[in-house]
Amino acid sequence: MSKEPVAVVGIGQTKHVAARRDVSIAGLVREAARRALDDAELTWADIDAVVIGKAPDFFEGVMMPELYLADALGAVGKPMLRVHTAGSVGGSTALVAANLVAARVHGTVLTLAFEKQSESNAMWGLSLPIPFQQPLLAGAGGFFAPHVRAYMRRSGAPDTIGSLVAYKDRRNALKNPYAHLHEHDITLEKVQASPMLWDPIRYSETCPSSDGACAMVLTDRAGAARAPRPPAWMLGGAMRSEPTMFAGKDVVSPQAGKDCAADVYRQAGITDPRREIDGAEIYVPFSWYEPMWLENLGFADEGEGWKLTEAGVTELDGDLPVNMSGGVLSTNPIGASGLIRFAEAALQVRGQAGEHQVEGARKVLGHAYGGGSQFFAMWLVGSEPPDS
Amino acid sequence: MNREIAVVAFAQTDHRRTSEELSEVEMLMPVLHDVLGRTGLKTADIGFTCSGSSDYLAGRAFSFTLALDGVGAWPPISESHVEMDGAWALYEAWTKLLTGDADTALVYSYGKSSPGPLRDVLTRQLDPYYVAPLWPDSVALAALQAQALIDAGDTDEPALAAVAARSRADAAANSHAQLRGSVPHGEYVVRPLRTGDCPPIGDGAAAVILAAGQRARELCARPAWIRGVDHRIEAHSLGVRDLTDSPSTRLAAERAGAFERPVDTAELHAPFTSQEVVLRKALKLGDGVRVNPSGGALAANPVMAAGLIRIGEAAARIHRGESDRALAHATSGPCLQQNLVAVLEGDPR
Repeated sequence: MSKEPVAVVGIGQTKHVAARRDVSIAGLVREAARRALDDAELTWADIDAVVIGKAPDFFEGVMMPELYLADALGAVGKPMLRVHTAGSVGGSTALVAANLVAARVHGTVLTLAFEKQSESNAMWGLSLPIPFQQPLLAGAGGFFAPHVRAYMRRSGAPDTIGSLVAYKDRRNALKNPYAHLHEHDITLEKVQASPMLWDPIRYSETCPSSDGACAMVLTDRAGAARAPRPPAWMLGGAMRSEPTMFAGKDVVSPQAGKDCAADVYRQAGITDPRREIDGAEIYVPFSWYEPMWLENLGFADEGEGWKLTEAGVTELDGDLPVNMSGGVLSTNPIGASGLIRFAEAALQVRGQAGEHQVEGARKVLGHAYGGGSQFFAMWLVGSEPPDS
Repeated sequence: MNREIAVVAFAQTDHRRTSEELSEVEMLMPVLHDVLGRTGLKTADIGFTCSGSSDYLAGRAFSFTLALDGVGAWPPISESHVEMDGAWALYEAWTKLLTGDADTALVYSYGKSSPGPLRDVLTRQLDPYYVAPLWPDSVALAALQAQALIDAGDTDEPALAAVAARSRADAAANSHAQLRGSVPHGEYVVRPLRTGDCPPIGDGAAAVILAAGQRARELCARPAWIRGVDHRIEAHSLGVRDLTDSPSTRLAAERAGAFERPVDTAELHAPFTSQEVVLRKALKLGDGVRVNPSGGALAANPVMAAGLIRIGEAAARIHRGESDRALAHATSGPCLQQNLVAVLEGDPR
């Protein structure tokens, strides 16, 4: 028997900000969940199961917070799963939830991811010294900067590419009312003049620390038929992992990312992603990851990704818009960032992305990665159901 | 979707009070080799891998990322992780196999409780605003539950002591158990719970292989077919729950088909003697049912693995022909807040 088609019929997110001091963690997640239910015109009673994800528990200082959040998410008496796959967790969470529908275990599932970074300090939460293990240094930036350098050396990309990405994403964020950073006076010169944090990554080429949550209602074919607004259909989804470090690992373009994308494209029948996909929400926490992932995802040949960025192809009005929402560079509630990518992809094919809508978007990719560029989660969503 | 899925292999560590000379990867690797060896499979043959663990035990973010080194995730693998007991990792893997995306799955979980004071660490699971600041520890909360049971006339201290004695006596035959054979029932830890009513604190890991349909029959002489598996969560606040009952366990058991026919064996994840009383009632287990022949969590309770071990132990009894229909249960959260029930069956003999 084939898999049940999976549809996104409700999407909700909070206005992402540096610190939501007005709500508890429970209040934050409930706000996003409530908005997703409203979008789907469903109630808590219509939800069969809840799948929640977030990044390390140290980011809030609550061990397995889903236990405490069961009430706030209407999960009492229902199944509740908690996913944690490092930075890719938001994507993985959506995929685990989608599997429940695809396997016909449940008809309608609420999936949600969050981070309330203001409760703690993520950079130092990531930097706890562990005996006999390589230190992560000052958070993720210190870890990834050498990988960016390796890409620049390998591809011969001009130094300015990173700033172009940041300038684009921050301008896109101005069109997204939920984005954290709204820098109305942003200029390319300001990005390029911002302080160097982890050479070659400048302050303005770095993601912010955000409080935020994002939720989706996933349902089966029958649920989609009842939906008040156009659904987004899952055309393919996959996860891939590889070890943190080993001799021969390509940190610039990890094999796990290539394999994950290939699996998604195979499921969706995509043979030429650059032509067949109308846009992508890619996990870009540091600006240079846009050209790096464009290559890893097969949108550009090796060493050629930066040329797409430089030519404006990834701009909102380009022919392969990337991070129309403003991306992780403008909004980063870590555990939720992957789910936001997946949800923003769904918003696009539902035609509900508002000012940052790509005209006529029919197939859009959502992408997340985590750990030491080792965990990947992706999905491709479309405006038409699979096999139609 | 009616895909038949079975537990075809199970392996676990010898659970010990401390494993300080071993990293989590070093603790896990022999178990992974053991479970793969039982089926002749290699990492590259596995269709999906899923694990369960908690960063709070290791005291570092992303502790599970290094465990991947033990799996040997190269070439890259299709993999996921839950910040839950491994029983829920098995649940995720089961749904993955149901979709037909994979025919085999490796499920593992591990927990090292020895690096920190576990009773204090587990308080971090509680409502962070109203309860966690009071640091009510896991034994104190279980004692509230035990006292509620005694007050309700559901049990008494001698009956609890008998649960403890039976569990440790059964564990004498389980070489992996941490507490084996007769153990003094001891002084009160938190009244009415004595040392003997509480689980040992220890380190350990476990792994299970799932396979679908014909693949399961190829890999195992007598697969333990998962007839049903379901899990449910209750409210977090103890004040709004009836601690003498476990409606989430009952509902999960119903959904898993546990009440359709009697089981002959039940592996219950009851870290405290009093919790076995609650679970027996919720699951309507009669006197004829063999409960925790492994010794259960009272004999070895490596946090994050102990639930998966219940499923593994129940499956292993079916593999060995010692059970035809078994129930396995896993729990998470304070006072049995979240519960999972799986029903396993062997082919007729």
